[in-house]
Amino acid sequence: MWTGPGCHNGCGVIYYHKDNEVVGIEGDVNNPINQGRLCMRCINYLESTNHPDRLKWPLKRIGERGENKWERISWDEAYDIIVEKVRDIQKNYGPESIVAMEGTGRNIVWQVNYLCYSAFQSPNFTLGFLSGDSCYMPRAAVEGVTNGDFFLVDCSQQFEDRYENPEWRAPEYILIWGSNPLPANADGFFGHWIVDLMQRGSKLIVVDPKLTWLASKAEYWLRIRPGSDAALAMAFLNIVITEDLYDHDFVGKWTNGFDALAERVKEWTPERASSICWVDKDTLIHAARAFGNAECAAIHWGVAVDMSVPGVATAQSLNSLVAITGNMDVPGGNILVQYAYGQGLAYNYGFENVPEEVAVKRLGNEYPLRQMGFGANAHEDAVLEAIESGKPYPIKMLWLQTTNPIANMAGEAPRVYAAMKKVDFCVVVDLYMTPTAVAFADIVLPAAMSSERWGNRNWYTPLRTITKVAEYYEAKSDEDIILELGKRLQPEFFPWKDNKDWYDWIMLNEAFESGMTFDELQEKVYSFPKFEYKKYEKGLLRPDGEPGFNTYTGKLELKIELYEKWGLDPLPWYQEPRESPYSTPELFEEYPFVMTTGNRAYEFFHSEHRQLKLNREFHPDPIMDINTEAAAKLGITEGDWVWIENRKGRFKQRARLDEFMDPRVIRAEHGWWFPEKEAAEPSLFGVFDSNCNNLTSMCDNGPTGYGAPYKNQIAKVYKCTEENSQIMPSTQVTRLGGFPYVKK
Amino acid sequence: MSKNNERYALLINYEFCTGCHSCETACKVENNLTHGQWGIKVAQDGPRKLENGKFEFIHVPIPTSLCNLCEDRVNKGKLPSCVQHCQAAVMSFGPVEELAEKISKPQMVIFTPV
Ligand code: SF4
Ligand code: SF4
Ligand code: SF4
Repeated sequence: MWTGPGCHNGCGVIYYHKDNEVVGIEGDVNNPINQGRLCMRCINYLESTNHPDRLKWPLKRIGERGENKWERISWDEAYDIIVEKVRDIQKNYGPESIVAMEGTGRNIVWQVNYLCYSAFQSPNFTLGFLSGDSCYMPRAAVEGVTNGDFFLVDCSQQFEDRYENPEWRAPEYILIWGSNPLPANADGFFGHWIVDLMQRGSKLIVVDPKLTWLASKAEYWLRIRPGSDAALAMAFLNIVITEDLYDHDFVGKWTNGFDALAERVKEWTPERASSICWVDKDTLIHAARAFGNAECAAIHWGVAVDMSVPGVATAQSLNSLVAITGNMDVPGGNILVQYAYGQGLAYNYGFENVPEEVAVKRLGNEYPLRQMGFGANAHEDAVLEAIESGKPYPIKMLWLQTTNPIANMAGEAPRVYAAMKKVDFCVVVDLYMTPTAVAFADIVLPAAMSSERWGNRNWYTPLRTITKVAEYYEAKSDEDIILELGKRLQPEFFPWKDNKDWYDWIMLNEAFESGMTFDELQEKVYSFPKFEYKKYEKGLLRPDGEPGFNTYTGKLELKIELYEKWGLDPLPWYQEPRESPYSTPELFEEYPFVMTTGNRAYEFFHSEHRQLKLNREFHPDPIMDINTEAAAKLGITEGDWVWIENRKGRFKQRARLDEFMDPRVIRAEHGWWFPEKEAAEPSLFGVFDSNCNNLTSMCDNGPTGYGAPYKNQIAKVYKCTEENSQIMPSTQVTRLGGFPYVKK
Repeated sequence: MSKNNERYALLINYEFCTGCHSCETACKVENNLTHGQWGIKVAQDGPRKLENGKFEFIHVPIPTSLCNLCEDRVNKGKLPSCVQHCQAAVMSFGPVEELAEKISKPQMVIFTPV
């Protein structure tokens, strides 16, 4: 079976259970994905399922918002309250005034949107205030228009016999860009596959501001200035093109717009990129040559690609780099992956159930990529603006399922906090009482964990099941909650009996090509669809069965024709962050560090796991990285609590000194709150005290609507003293109206 | 910990140990160890720069006196928990003699905690 206490992967685990309770867990050695291996989050799964803080039954707020006073109610009562509110809002304001949000993990990718579209009848499903959809969506949108499919490093994950498969070979080089895959395990990718490949001879090129373990083992480490990725990626293209290291055959036969691309990247000489990106010029040249000369090479990219205003341009450049070097869908390159058996339910699942006249009111509908269905969700920045201004219509209800925005996902968290307080009605579905639930919720519903629900995983391959072996008080699976509420609101769209029945329906009816029932798949545990390399040669990518790619022109688009039609730049471009050493040099004197955020840790998945004693033993406090000498100049020593501040706000973390950080760059963790602290405001579990999103911004996106500067703010650092710590950020935000220096 | 009077041990290929803490966690959960107690502990050297411009960044997991080589698991025919869960697949378990034969490359070490 598959689990994930809150994670994107799909490692096989074996549960031991007794009387509806899980009593043991270990990795499944027969599972080809992880072969028994687990990260510490799954190994310590029991502490999270049986934790005394877990939500046990539905709760209704009885005090003021933020007071943390609740009354236990029944599921029926909870549904009745919600149905009445929904009906009232639909009637008086229109269904579009209801916004449903989700975060990530807990195997939810299509459920909350289905609820939003089919039960609430609102087009406004969105990610918990994730500015510019800056997690995989920019990359996915680019891949949608350029290749028509996603790519992943060929780690043999598509074959049941894995590294033994005779067709497979290890990439000569893996270019790891803006990701630390070992703790991250993002996007259906088991990070330690990279180590498997290193053991089989792959060499690394790593683009990362931090000397991670992988970077230290790399043949080339490019210590990039956060936010300048698009420039560096274009320099890679320029070197590969001018030094004639590209695959003429592939470019000629299968791509579109090569000359235009070559012309565009010409200005990105190694010299220019080196000075803008703070990367050593020779390292850059040698790394690009190594990638271009390799017989096979692959790119593993991370969320840093998305988290800048030109995020889509970075993604476009890297995608083009894989293509022109002839590494698309070949052994040891980047494989084009499809959802197992075509079962690609995603954010558009159920959108057709929204009445047409309401669908056009989706917030952010003006962005063409959205209209075309590359990401059906509403634009979270536009949602924020609608809440703040009441325009184009007011937002009256928030449904938050598996998301804890103010701890984690929302850029400019204090601003989002103030906005969310204004919404009339708010429901939170989660595992624990989160800062978000305490601050805003009227109703809190307890969700089941993976051992307590049926499910499957199709991201990407093989298709595998999640098996229910336990129950926990009155917690319900996300699907059951949605189903029961849906039946009360729009029964025609919710014909299924329960969680499992829904999956059975999906497996047999929703674009599912294998003909297996849920039970049949469960018997097998997982199932690998047939995989072939070079699908574009064989007519396996296009619905019409013709060779080529599933794109507008049928070619892999180095110049995106559709963008041109939509009035967008069809080629990659670069733009300095709004505040940076070069765009605002005077401000940089006052805030002399570029701050990157969101680095991953083995102990946690985003804002989860902070209440687990074992995980906190390894990682008790939030940590920021700073260059050793830069710290010395500021009188900061290892382990000191420091304030990190810019014009938007400040937060504190413990300093970790690192002689290999660029002295102009700092790196902070995200997702921190402190379940051990007081829940009620002004403390709110200390959610703003160490929150890097006090410094980020909303509504600073690229022309496609995608991309936001989460990883490239500027800031200053100073030591925490008793004197400067009189008013903690949580009090500042919840009681004093926010940081005084915020300029709107 | 002996079958047929053989001594059993852990072999670590520490060139590829990433410091992911899975072995430490697996041992703590398996043996129900309290806060501050470890059956295996990962030691770290580096990162530091070498004269040749490369970096040294090494982790080595060290079994402590609390390690019983997962006697219960092994008797049930399973791998020790740390070995099974090691994310980099750098740990092996077996008789010392057999493991010694596997020492085929630099940066390997054999521990005989019991
Ligand atoms: S990556 Fe970690 S948390 Fe996620 S499924 Fe695998 S072992 Fe579990
Ligand atoms: S073999 Fe030793 S170190 Fe490893 S899990 Fe078992 S007791 Fe712990
Ligand atoms: S589990 Fe393996 S890779 Fe991770 S720290 Fe232990 S020995 Fe190293």
